[in-house]
Amino acid sequence: MARYIARRALMTIPVLIGASFLIFWMVYALPGDPVRALAGDRPLTPAALAAIRDEYNLDDPLLIQYGKYMLGLLQGDLGTDFAGRPVIDTITQRLPTTVRLALTAIVFEIIIGLTAGVLAGVRRGSYMDNLVLVSTTVVVSIPVFVLGFVAQYAFGLRLGWFPIAGLSDGFRSYILPGLVLASLSLAYVARLTRTSLAENLRQDYVRTARAKGLKPSVVVGKHTMRNSMIPVVTFIGADLANLMAGAIVTETVFNLPGLGRAVFDSVLRQEGFVVVGIVTIFVFFYILFNLVVDILYAVIDPRIRYD
Amino acid sequence: MTDQQPRDVEDDLGGTQTVIESGSPQDQKATETTVAQAGGELRQASLWSDAWRQLRRSPLFLSGAALFLVFAVMAVVPQLFTNADPNVADLSRSAEGPSGEAWFGYDIQGRDYFANVVHGARVSMAVGFFTVLGILTIGVVVGALAGYYGGWLDAVLARVTDVFYGVPLILGAFLLLSTLSNRGVPEVSLALMVFGWMTAMRLVRSTVVSVKDADYVQAARALGASTWRILTRHILPNAVAPVLVYATITVGLIIAAEATLSFLGIGLQLPEVSWGLQINSGLNRFRDSSFLVFFPSLFLSLTVLSFILMGDALRDALDPKLR
Repeated sequence: MARYIARRALMTIPVLIGASFLIFWMVYALPGDPVRALAGDRPLTPAALAAIRDEYNLDDPLLIQYGKYMLGLLQGDLGTDFAGRPVIDTITQRLPTTVRLALTAIVFEIIIGLTAGVLAGVRRGSYMDNLVLVSTTVVVSIPVFVLGFVAQYAFGLRLGWFPIAGLSDGFRSYILPGLVLASLSLAYVARLTRTSLAENLRQDYVRTARAKGLKPSVVVGKHTMRNSMIPVVTFIGADLANLMAGAIVTETVFNLPGLGRAVFDSVLRQEGFVVVGIVTIFVFFYILFNLVVDILYAVIDPRIRYD
Repeated sequence: MTDQQPRDVEDDLGGTQTVIESGSPQDQKATETTVAQAGGELRQASLWSDAWRQLRRSPLFLSGAALFLVFAVMAVVPQLFTNADPNVADLSRSAEGPSGEAWFGYDIQGRDYFANVVHGARVSMAVGFFTVLGILTIGVVVGALAGYYGGWLDAVLARVTDVFYGVPLILGAFLLLSTLSNRGVPEVSLALMVFGWMTAMRLVRSTVVSVKDADYVQAARALGASTWRILTRHILPNAVAPVLVYATITVGLIIAAEATLSFLGIGLQLPEVSWGLQINSGLNRFRDSSFLVFFPSLFLSLTVLSFILMGDALRDALDPKLR
């Protein structure tokens, strides 16, 4: 097991380097001068231009630029934005909002997704099962930003239960965006639970448990759920990373001051340094979570052996 | 399916009888005679004909296919649905609500909104199909190479796939498109392709790996078949079913992704007629004229729904385990 974990962890290093280089390359090497946007309408003096190009190593070859950037990143230095504010400050200030949003979404995913999945999976073909199937299909088909408007319109504008946008209302401000962010994954969790549970209910050990005269709630809740949860748990784990990336849409729709909103704003302002910094952090999280889930998978399911 | 398995064959009268399936022509002939004597007809029971029979009876598939047909026709000949010119603007009618004359009302410029929403189907469908075509091309080529040759090539291609997997679709496409100042259907499709091909590659690769040492592939190799022939005639057909299911659902997801990017202001640009752009500009009037957001959202969601319905039904039909 230790060898597997070590090997798996080592394998993520080239992926991390490759993915961050890909992002770096897209922002810096593709057409479009990162300094141009900074200058705005008034052209910079050649001396000022040279100073800025030097500060961000823009005259070095791309690989050297990338190397210097990564060295800085390892020391917590991600450069500064146009206003001279360190990018790392922006990240540490905005990260909590995104994390809270993602956690709210995970809670919804677990509560609603699991409940719907169990209700559907226990009796396949029942009314409840069809209801869950149809509603998850509908939810998957509606793009997240559209769902955001529907939620804003119905619960915010019409019913007035939750704030439409912004963070003015403390915890309640996270409920609508969290639900919207969770919607897609919630549908997947429900379907995954349903399939997994229905498959496990056909196993011999379930028949044995029933034959012993155990109550149906014990058969499902104790014996079957444990095995059925393995794919679901790993999905939810890996999804935490997806949710952070999905925040770019949700935070824009609900105007939450998180990292996703920061990426959006800095892309529009063409602040390449900020974009690269935040997206690199996103990708680090994404790959890290996937690594943790892979390892967890091996830990919670003793039937899986990796040697 | 192994030979010599007794199986139930449905005959015309709706009853079933058990026949023995076997490989040799004589046996086949004998079987046909037996079935014919019993007043029946031996039905071909390939994966595809079974799947088709199941799909024809599936209400979900039929409604998905019907929706798809409507939007496909809308994309090709929008004139069939509306006589109004989507570009004629009458500012005095700006943001006028739906009426009998203009079903979806008028947009902010006073253009007939129904005509505009109908004309939006074209770019959505175009982006969806071009992107998925590209995704399949990359996925099949890279997946087949990695799976068939294995070794260092597989290791390298697998790492490259991992790298792209590390960047979420919307985030990657968003970044790539933000560096371009002219963004039309080709650019948006390309950006979505670049960050969307990995699942197709893994799907094809795993199929190739699982069958490349099968007896019939070795037989083909022993008979001197070229690598190209082995791959295209013997190995890749195994991947058609899973790839088809994946592709159908992915067209829907890509259409949603395009609308998301256009909505964020980083996908298609005006004067392109796109649902994402319509939703974006309708947003300014969300409080008093929510129909400007509602109608393009509805069409967008129904289009995505049609592909998801068809894909789900296809998966159920093509996976014999679920029968």
